[in-house]
Amino acid sequence: MALSKEQLLDMYRMLVKIRTFEERVGEIYYEGKLPAFDIAAGPIPGEMHLYTGQEAVATGVCAHLRPDDPVTSTHRPHGHLIAKGVDLKAMMAEIFGKKTGLCKGKGGHMHLFDPTLHFGCGGIVGGGIPHAVGAALAIKKRGEDRVAVSFFGEGAANIGAFHESLNLAAIWNLPVVFVVEDNLYAISVPKSKSTAVRSNAERGVAYGIPGVQVDGQDVIAVYEAAGEAIDRARRGGGPSIIEAICYRFRGHFEGDAEKYLPPGEKEKWRQKDPIHILGNQLKQQGWLSDEEAAAIQDEMTALVREAEMFARESPYPAPEEALEDVFVNL
Amino acid sequence: MAERLLTTSKAIAEAIAQEMERDERVFVMGEDVGAYGGIFGATEGLLEKFGPERVMDTPISEMGFIGAGVGAAIEGMRPVVELMFVDFFGAAMDQIYNHMAKIHYMSGGRVNVPMVLMTAIGGGYSDAAQHSQCLYGLFAHVPGLKIVVPSTPYDAKGLMIQAIRDEDPVMYFFHKGVMGLGWMTPNPRATGPVPEEPYTVPFGQAAVRREGTDLTILTLSLMVHRSLDAAEKLAEEGISAEVIDLRTLVPLDRETIVESVKKTHRVMIVDEDYKSFGMSGELATIVVEEALDYLDAPPKRLAVPDTPIPYSRPMEQFVIPSVDRIAEAARELVTS
Ligand SMILES: Cc1ncc(C[n+]2csc(CCOP(=O)(O)OP(=O)(O)O)c2C)c(N)n1
Ligand SMILES: [Mg+2]
Repeated sequence: MALSKEQLLDMYRMLVKIRTFEERVGEIYYEGKLPAFDIAAGPIPGEMHLYTGQEAVATGVCAHLRPDDPVTSTHRPHGHLIAKGVDLKAMMAEIFGKKTGLCKGKGGHMHLFDPTLHFGCGGIVGGGIPHAVGAALAIKKRGEDRVAVSFFGEGAANIGAFHESLNLAAIWNLPVVFVVEDNLYAISVPKSKSTAVRSNAERGVAYGIPGVQVDGQDVIAVYEAAGEAIDRARRGGGPSIIEAICYRFRGHFEGDAEKYLPPGEKEKWRQKDPIHILGNQLKQQGWLSDEEAAAIQDEMTALVREAEMFARESPYPAPEEALEDVFVNL
Repeated sequence: MAERLLTTSKAIAEAIAQEMERDERVFVMGEDVGAYGGIFGATEGLLEKFGPERVMDTPISEMGFIGAGVGAAIEGMRPVVELMFVDFFGAAMDQIYNHMAKIHYMSGGRVNVPMVLMTAIGGGYSDAAQHSQCLYGLFAHVPGLKIVVPSTPYDAKGLMIQAIRDEDPVMYFFHKGVMGLGWMTPNPRATGPVPEEPYTVPFGQAAVRREGTDLTILTLSLMVHRSLDAAEKLAEEGISAEVIDLRTLVPLDRETIVESVKKTHRVMIVDEDYKSFGMSGELATIVVEEALDYLDAPPKRLAVPDTPIPYSRPMEQFVIPSVDRIAEAARELVTS
C-alpha cells in the first residue's frame, strides 16, 4: 500500500489544519479569562481539551473514511471532526456558543454533532463506544458497506462500556473499528497505574478481536493499520482494535498545571511531532519544499482565521432558545 | 485571636484528613484524587500526608470503584469515594441506587454501608449538559441515601466529618461555585471561618441564613448565596426575605421550614436542579400539607425549566436561577 505523493500531502495538510485550529482555539480561550483565570469568562468559556500532538491518529484513520461512515468521539473531539471534513466555520461558531454553530450553541466544545458527517461525541468517558457499535449494527442490518469508528482514550478502556462494546461487536461480527488513543494519561493518572495489561490492543484477545499497536505520532503507520482494519470491516470481516501510542502536547484541559508529569517527558515527546515526522519524510522525498510547507501553513491559518471571524461575528442565541430542542414534538 | 479563614475545598480536605488521622478505617479513592488533589481540590494534600495506600487514584471505572466502596464499607472500612462530577453517575448508577442505598434495608438492618460518596455539582460556567447538573433530587428520591449539600466552608467541614462518622451511606454534593477555586468565578462566600479542631454539623438541621418577615426562600448550595444577594436587594425595596439553607435534603428539617412559612405566609423555592419531579415540588408539597392555612399565596418555584443545561452563556444564564430572577420572583410573590 505505497502512498502516493498526493495522499501524503493531503495528510500533511490535514495535520497542519488540525494543529492550526487547536492552537488558535488555545489562544482565543485565554481571552477575557486572565489575569485571574476565570473559566466562565471570555469568548470561549467552559472546559477546553485540545488535541495538539495527537493529530496523526485522527488524520491516518479518517483518511480511509467516507462522509457517511459513522464516527464517535470524546471530550477531545476537534481533531476527529476536522479530519472527518467538518465545515470549520460551523464548528468554530459552536465552540463560541453562537447560533450559527453546529448545534445552535447548545453543545459547545465537548458536544459537537454533525449528522451530515455521521459524527457525534460527548463529555462522558466511554459514552461514545457503544454508539459506534449501534451504528455498525444499523449498517449490518441494512447490508451496507459503511464502517463505524470509535475514537477514545486509553483511560476509557477501563470503563465497562468499552468491554461490553467489544464483546457485542464480536458476537455480532459488526463493521466497527475501535481506536484507542493511548496518550499515556487519563488526566493525571498514568496508564501504568490504571491498566492491568501493557497494551490495550492485547485486550482484543479477550473478545476474539484482532488488535494492533501503532506509533500514533507517525501518520503513515496509523494510516496503514487503519486501512487494514477498516477494509476488513467493510468486507464483513468484523471488528478490530487499534491502539495508537501518542502524546498530548498541552495539558489535559487548558489550565492544567501538569504537576503529575515527570520532568522532561513532554520535551522528549515534542521531538516526535507528527507534523515534523511527515514533513521531514516528504522533504526527503523531494515532495515538499520549505516554501510549500509555509504556503500550506498560510492557507490553514487563513482558513482558521476565516472560521474565527465567522464565529466572532455571528449572533448569540436568544436566551429563550434554551427551551427549544428538548423534544422533537411535545 | 482572629478567626481562621478557609475555602470550602480546603475545609473538606481538612475534614477528611482529620478523620483519617482519627480512624484508620477511613480511606479515599477516586479519579485524580492523589497527585492532582481532586479536580475541585477536595482531596488536596491527602496523598502527601497519608500515602497511596490510603489515597487511591482509580482508573475510570466508576461502576467498579463505587461498588468497591460499598463492599469495603460492608466489611468495616470507611471509604470516602469521589465521583468527579455528579453527571458521571450513570456509569455507576446500579451500584449507587440498587446497592449503596438499599443493602441496609434488604438485609433487614443487618448490614451497614457506612460510605461517603462525594461529588461536584452545578453549572454557570458553560460546561454544558453533561458537566453542569445538580441531581441531588434524583438521589434524594431513592430511599436509603442521606443527602448532604453544603453551602459554606464551616458547614462543609462539619458535615463531612458527620458524613464519615455516620453509619449510613451519605452522598455529599459540593457545588463548584462554593469551593473557592482560583479558576472559577470568584465568590466571596466560598471563603469563611473554619475552626481548626474537628467538629460535626448534624444532619437534618436547616440554617436560617437571614431572617425576614415577608417571604421564606427555601434553598441550598450556591443558590443560598444568590438568594442572600437577592434578599439584600429586596431589603432596599422594603421586602424582607427569610433565607433558609436546607443543608441536608435527607434527613430534611421540616420543622424549620414549616415554622418559617407560618411566620412569613409566603414561600419560594430556589433550586438549581430540574424543576419537575424534584426538590422544589417536594418542598412545595410539604408546605401545602403542613401549613396550607398559613399561606397567603401558592408556593412559588424557581428552578431549571426542564431543559438540559445549554452550553452558550445567554441560554445557560437563562435557565439557571440568577440573583435578578430570584429577586423578581420574590417581588411577584409578595405582591400576589
Ligand atoms: C464516566 C466519566 N468519568 C470521568 C470523567 C472525567 N474525565 C474526563 S476526561 C478524563 C480522562 C480521560 O482519559 P482518556 O480516556 O485517556 O482520554 P484523554 O483525556 O487522555 O484524551 C476523565 C477522567 C468523565 N468525563 N466521564
Ligand atoms: Mg489518555
